[in-house]
Amino acid sequence: MSQLGIVYALLGAALAVLLAGAGSSIGVGIAGQAASGVVTEDPSKFAKVLIMQLLPGTQGIYGLLVGFITLSKVGLLGGQVAALTPQSGLMILAACLPIGIVGLISGKYQGKTSAAAIGIVAKKPDQFGKAMLFPAMVETYAILALLISILAVTNIPV
Amino acid sequence: MAVLQMQRFSICALKKDRKAILEELQMLGVMEIDTSVVEDEGLQKMDTMESRQVFEKQAVMAEHALDVLQKYVPEKTSMLDSLAGKPLIDKADYDRIVSIRDELMKKANQLISMNKEISENNANVVKLENQIESLTPWMSLDVPMTSKGTGSAEILVGTMSRVMTLEEVRVAVSEHEPDLDAYDVQILSADRDLTYLAVVCLKKDAGRLEDALRASGFARPSQMVSKIPSELKVDLERQIQQLKTETKQIEDKIGSFAESRDDLKKVADYYRIRADKYQVLGLLPQSKQTFFISGYVPAGAVSILNEKIGQAYNCTVDVEEIKEDEEAPVLLKNGKISTPAESVLESYGLPKKGEIDPTKIMSFFYIILFGMMLSDAAYGLIVFGACFIVIKKFPRMGEGMKKSLSLFMYCGLSTLIWGILFGGYFGDVFDVVARVFFHRQSTAPVIAPLWFAPLGDPMKLLLFSMGLGILHLFTGLGIKGYTYLKEKDYMGFVCDVVFWYMLLVGLLLMLIPSSIFASIAQAQITFPPFLNMLAKVLAIGGAVGLLLFAARDNKNFGLRLALGAYELYNITGWLSDVLSYSRLLALGLATGVIASVVNQMGSMLGDGVVGAIGFIVIFLVGHTLNLAINLLGAYVHTNRLQFVEFFGKFYEGGGRPFNPFKENTKYVDIKEEN
Repeated sequence: MSQLGIVYALLGAALAVLLAGAGSSIGVGIAGQAASGVVTEDPSKFAKVLIMQLLPGTQGIYGLLVGFITLSKVGLLGGQVAALTPQSGLMILAACLPIGIVGLISGKYQGKTSAAAIGIVAKKPDQFGKAMLFPAMVETYAILALLISILAVTNIPV
Repeated sequence: MAVLQMQRFSICALKKDRKAILEELQMLGVMEIDTSVVEDEGLQKMDTMESRQVFEKQAVMAEHALDVLQKYVPEKTSMLDSLAGKPLIDKADYDRIVSIRDELMKKANQLISMNKEISENNANVVKLENQIESLTPWMSLDVPMTSKGTGSAEILVGTMSRVMTLEEVRVAVSEHEPDLDAYDVQILSADRDLTYLAVVCLKKDAGRLEDALRASGFARPSQMVSKIPSELKVDLERQIQQLKTETKQIEDKIGSFAESRDDLKKVADYYRIRADKYQVLGLLPQSKQTFFISGYVPAGAVSILNEKIGQAYNCTVDVEEIKEDEEAPVLLKNGKISTPAESVLESYGLPKKGEIDPTKIMSFFYIILFGMMLSDAAYGLIVFGACFIVIKKFPRMGEGMKKSLSLFMYCGLSTLIWGILFGGYFGDVFDVVARVFFHRQSTAPVIAPLWFAPLGDPMKLLLFSMGLGILHLFTGLGIKGYTYLKEKDYMGFVCDVVFWYMLLVGLLLMLIPSSIFASIAQAQITFPPFLNMLAKVLAIGGAVGLLLFAARDNKNFGLRLALGAYELYNITGWLSDVLSYSRLLALGLATGVIASVVNQMGSMLGDGVVGAIGFIVIFLVGHTLNLAINLLGAYVHTNRLQFVEFFGKFYEGGGRPFNPFKENTKYVDIKEEN
């Protein structure tokens, strides 16, 4: 029997984790640079800017989530490895792409927005609630992509 | 659920009571001073700037002294101490501080000057150390640099501008003065680009020799030391030692001040209170014998003021309603469960004039939405328990902190309930433990979800999330309608609220029997024909109403229609708002799935002792991380749903917070005498 199906599925899981994780690390990195600058000036803002820095970190987690669901669906995590046709393997690969690609791009831009929001916190710490909203707006699209990825992966017949 | 009614409270009293009345007002802390409305013709304001600055300076000095104490005898603090809030002191203690304030300020002064001495000492030590450093290359010189030599011999001390050996120096000299011979060169030391040397020669040759050396880069040292370098070094070291002992003594002395720390804190607060009082005093219009105070007071506090000031002093008081064009400050009052959510509202903005306080309705949704995003019974229990214990343990914690923690406590409770409904207990920890350690064969969950497992039927939860979203948004639109009705703007109510309800309900009713909905819900719902008819009527009626009346203020009919059509286009906004609630599903799944990943990793070491220990370690670390990251996510996204989707429907905010004249202390609270 052809093993190609499982290879495609694994490639999908890898892409979801890899791209979304890369996006988050870029984003958290950008925000972290801004956060460090603020803490140099005023260490008491540490908690607030740390929260801001973590905001772009969620894409990586969404990627992990889709990757995990995919692995458990095809039975790579213990149990019987499913006999996938190349077609359903490719379907799973396609299902993993939204969170991978959107996670990569939104992670980067959410990081930039977080860095700007950290600027708000630096100057007006009482506006934390509003500052937090701007990065959260970017995240919406990662959540939508996550949703489609989850729905697609769970509903593909294996 | 209310914005407290404010009233304007004005006092006209005799100057001799001024101090007492101001102090009473400050202690009560219920009035925001605003004297801008008093007609001050013939009245004068006192210039209190100078005395205020004196008090502020004293407060700053006491704080500076506290900083010094903190630097040399740090107070032991733990993470939790920041939650403890300000301690309460009684009036007698406060009076004691007032009576010894001069003494305390003297102590503060001493502390500050001792700190200055220490920093001067430290600077001197550095200077001396630099001096020693610059002496190092000359250490093997056993005469002073300024030595004149003996009767017929002379000593030249200096540096060559590059590294040279003895031979090179002699060669360099003989190139210029081939017949000079009676001299002795001693190389003292050399570093990267300098050679330090001492040359002994006959007095008569000294000039010629120096010129010859200069041609090869010889230079006298810039600083001549009149002592033998090694002796000088010992001397300098002794001085450093002395300075260090002195510093140590001063530090010990600072340490003996540590017991005054609490008193210094109180005195700093005392001066801050006085500075505030003088600031207010500067605002008050005064005549020769009388003075006026006016300001905003919550309606409920008027009777206290009447009793404590109106009846206690020889004065007239006047209570009026706030005028139409006046923007009164905003103070909220809510029930026990809703009060904590005020902090969320405050971070968006307080209700502006004419808006109602949405805290109560918002708190209800906030707690539900938060719980749904975290949705794990064990996590909920942890959050609830932690907040509960901290609140009980530190009854005097700051107001803002208490609000946030109470809110999280309720959210934890809601998380617990959602967790039980969805069957999440640290993800699937019971199943994993039962399978790995107790070799349970069955694949059915150990504790079945009360409702259903989201991962098993995500579409169902998606529909539920969006349904909850529609309910949330409709509530927001309803509040907008309520505001219109309260202002008796019936036209606005019908055009901006009722038409939207008609259109949206109509569209929903048309959507439910459609095939798209059927494929999502996996169930075909058929309505009786009259309901289908009703749906069409509602949708078309609403759409036409919006088209015609959304821009009803516009005179130009063509423009009015165009703007109406634009309003109708907002239906896409509603669609995206509803879709936004899909994050409830996504975040809920994220918590559960990551928790399962943690459990799965923990179980990979198999059963047995090693497996169990590994499992416990991975379990603790993994779930702590997962809880932290998902708490953050739930907090951020609940706020977003409230601020963007919910408030977007009806709320603007922008009210000014009530800022009463009160004892604005930093370190302690003073108990009122009663």
